[in-house]
Amino acid sequence: MSTDNLRRGSLEIIDSKKIISRGSLYVAQARLTAMFKWIWMILAIAVANPVLYLLSIGVGVGAFIDKNAGPAGIDGVKYLTFLAPALLATSAIQGAIDESAFPTLEGFNWWKNFFGMNATPISGNQIATGVFLASFVRVVGTVVIYWFVMLAFGALESSKAWLAIPTAVMAGVAFGSITQAIAAQIKDDNIFFVIFNRFIVMPLFLFSGTFYPLSSMPVYLHWIGWISPLWHATELGRYLTYGHAMTRDMAIMHFAILLSLLVVGVTLSRRLFTKRLAK
Amino acid sequence: MSTSLVTARGLTKKFGDFVAVDAIDFDVAKGESFGLLGPNGAGKSTTMRIVGATSQRTSGDLTILGMDPEKFGPQIRAHLGVVPQQDNLDMNLSVSENLYIYGRYFGLSRKYLKTKIEELLEFAQLEEKRDAKVESLSGGMKRRLTIARGLVSEPEILMLDEPTTGLDPQARHILWDRLFRLKEQGVTLIITTHFMDEAEQLCDRLIVMDKGKIMAEGSPALLIKEYSTKEVLEIRFGSERNSSMANQLREMCERIEELPDRILLYHEDGEVLLEQIYSAGLHPKTSLVRRSSLEDVFLRLTGRTLVD
Repeated sequence: MSTDNLRRGSLEIIDSKKIISRGSLYVAQARLTAMFKWIWMILAIAVANPVLYLLSIGVGVGAFIDKNAGPAGIDGVKYLTFLAPALLATSAIQGAIDESAFPTLEGFNWWKNFFGMNATPISGNQIATGVFLASFVRVVGTVVIYWFVMLAFGALESSKAWLAIPTAVMAGVAFGSITQAIAAQIKDDNIFFVIFNRFIVMPLFLFSGTFYPLSSMPVYLHWIGWISPLWHATELGRYLTYGHAMTRDMAIMHFAILLSLLVVGVTLSRRLFTKRLAK
Repeated sequence: MSTSLVTARGLTKKFGDFVAVDAIDFDVAKGESFGLLGPNGAGKSTTMRIVGATSQRTSGDLTILGMDPEKFGPQIRAHLGVVPQQDNLDMNLSVSENLYIYGRYFGLSRKYLKTKIEELLEFAQLEEKRDAKVESLSGGMKRRLTIARGLVSEPEILMLDEPTTGLDPQARHILWDRLFRLKEQGVTLIITTHFMDEAEQLCDRLIVMDKGKIMAEGSPALLIKEYSTKEVLEIRFGSERNSSMANQLREMCERIEELPDRILLYHEDGEVLLEQIYSAGLHPKTSLVRRSSLEDVFLRLTGRTLVD
């Protein structure tokens, strides 16, 4: 081969300082390249999901509820307006789970491509961060689309409504980062999914004040809301989109809880990725 | 500093109480093709992961390209090409995307990678598969792609862990040919294998490992000369009679090994030995004279065969 003579060698062509500073971006690039193979599917889900939910439950069930609730409405607004912020945060969380759990299980268990990445200068920390960043991009896209659909449905009543976007993104990536840390520990993924979806994600979706205020549930079930990132994001979302009553301290607390979950999730997944790769 | 790219002294790796690599010493010189030969579980892959700067040693000294992998993992890995035992390609991506993305992990530019990928596709004979999903490739193709991927950064050292395990004979020969070319270009190769023919074909020098220890070290020819005779006579009397016949044959050769299905007789001239056996009135069911191989060296050193 004529090209054989052109070999210069890695000592000449590689700049390890550059990799050490940008490694996570390269990993995110790999994840986004993979994600773009499904871009139409991802976009279809991102649009169909809010349209179908807001139509069927927001408008459909909403008509029935609004008639019975009288002029006071639910929390002072139409049921659609009440429900929409919860669904916004739910879609963020769902997207984040997809982009955290699957790549992590693939990388460690199914295809083991994380071990391939780690044989290059890329570190475990960078792989964890890269997966997180790609998931972040998907969540932002999903939330922005959802928000515009909400706008089209007339579910945004406050001038602060745009702030519901970063709040929902934060809930999504916080949940995603925790999922990523858990998935990094998983050896038997079939059981993981059954447990995770049926016993964690589903109950959180149903009991986080999504369809009715947490306060209308029996007191002994309120703890589910408190441990659920979805409830904290929903409360903030309701405050921001239509002015749901909330003290400043409560708003700060909701925000602080989401932020701490995010910090814990990212720190833990970086640590667990590194640990598992070094074995 | 000498031209030694890898220097290991008392290199040890423990998993709990289990000692996977037991205080081994070795050096790999620049441009050399260095082999680790041994059965499954000998500690070869563990040694490879430590030299690959992904797994940390428990004790001992190790220098790779003049650096300690405990402190400079990424800096060392920047100059290694690693071909793991199990292909770990990114199944989400096509053949050429796998090469591109892997190149990005080394911080290589789009411009450099564009030409490099063409060269590697040709090297791996995968030009027609450039846009194919990795899942659709045969085992041999995946293996060649994994090797091509390991070369994207023009590594100083290419490390191959059991490169041809699971491949059919034709695919193996194609691969060996590719590895020969790299050797000719002066790429330093570190290869583990449990195939003695592979070690003989590819390695300038090798260490024979068993149970985490080095049993012997040298070039394939030297090891055979030191630990075996020039020729081996393999004979079969049928599994019932093999062991009773072995006692009668013991006097006639330098060394004898009884395997479940056959007897190996070590002698400088196999044909002469076979004549003697017939003259003594013994009539084996089958007989075969061959040259000694690393398999015989391993048998001599450990009392076991490489592939059980």
